[in-house]
Amino acid sequence: MSDAWLVTLVVGAVTVVIRAVGPVLLGGRQLPAQLTNLFEGLVPALLAAFVVVNTFGSGQSLTIDHRLLGVLAGAAVIAARGPMLLAVVVAAGLTAFARTL
Amino acid sequence: MSDPAAPVRRATASGGSGFRYGVRVALPIGLAVWAFGVSFGVLARAEGMGIIAPLVMSLTTFSGASQFAIVSVLADGGGTGAAITAAVLLVARYLPIGVSVAPAITGRLPQRFVRSQFVVDESWAVANRGDGTFEPGTLFGAGVTIYVSWFLGTLLGVLGGDFLGEPEDFGLDAAFAALFLALLWTTLKSRRAVTAAVIGAAIALVLVPITEPGIPIIAASIGALAAWRRA
Repeated sequence: MSDAWLVTLVVGAVTVVIRAVGPVLLGGRQLPAQLTNLFEGLVPALLAAFVVVNTFGSGQSLTIDHRLLGVLAGAAVIAARGPMLLAVVVAAGLTAFARTL
Repeated sequence: MSDPAAPVRRATASGGSGFRYGVRVALPIGLAVWAFGVSFGVLARAEGMGIIAPLVMSLTTFSGASQFAIVSVLADGGGTGAAITAAVLLVARYLPIGVSVAPAITGRLPQRFVRSQFVVDESWAVANRGDGTFEPGTLFGAGVTIYVSWFLGTLLGVLGGDFLGEPEDFGLDAAFAALFLALLWTTLKSRRAVTAAVIGAAIALVLVPITEPGIPIIAASIGALAAWRRA
């Protein structure tokens, strides 16, 4: 078996299991209130981490590049209570435009 | 706490609910996911992974960060062990994410198993109601949309879609940050939520340069949860 196939099958199998554990073992059941309460905090924590990693992350280093400009423009749309789609389009568009300069 | 048996259709934090809402809200980001799928397919093919393996990977691993990490490690001669470790670290977050959406994934075991495979960062984020629970229809609709986008992108990529240019040329890498920011905004309804977000962001920022990719995300969730418990 080639390296590519070995990695594909191992990572695929592990990921399928990781994704399935919660829904297969606990699916459809109400979780304990304490756990739901914790997940209420997990959402903003993970989303904030995603924002930071997607804005400044570049492999294993932090950089300030054109993405920041786009994300700040997106943030302005959000702060002005504009639609989510507009924020995403503005962020992508401005980042793309800045890269052509 | 609501009665779990009551058929309450409470909307997501972003306002809508149901499968169709999930599809609609995920379609624009599905376009960006599709473009990165093309990019992954092109790269995987160029690095000698063939055609079928990248497709199987997109159907089973279904994680951009993880799959790009695999190609990058293998291309650098990092070996299969390093590639597997890097990839698994980047999907480890789906363990807590999977537990958090478990109440929203109902039905018999085979159905729950199948539905669990469509859970991805973006669907999880758009389906959240802001109270630690998730809207089933949105979760499934958005998940299927992103899944199909990722697969179709990969398919075009391995079949020679390198004429499209890099997703970065279209600023699509910034689209994800903006999407997550917009969704984050809808969850910041209490002081505790703001605290969790600040701690999550701070932990991720500090750890990105000093740990393997994937660990900052896992650590951010653990750190913020610790703060949440004390609050």
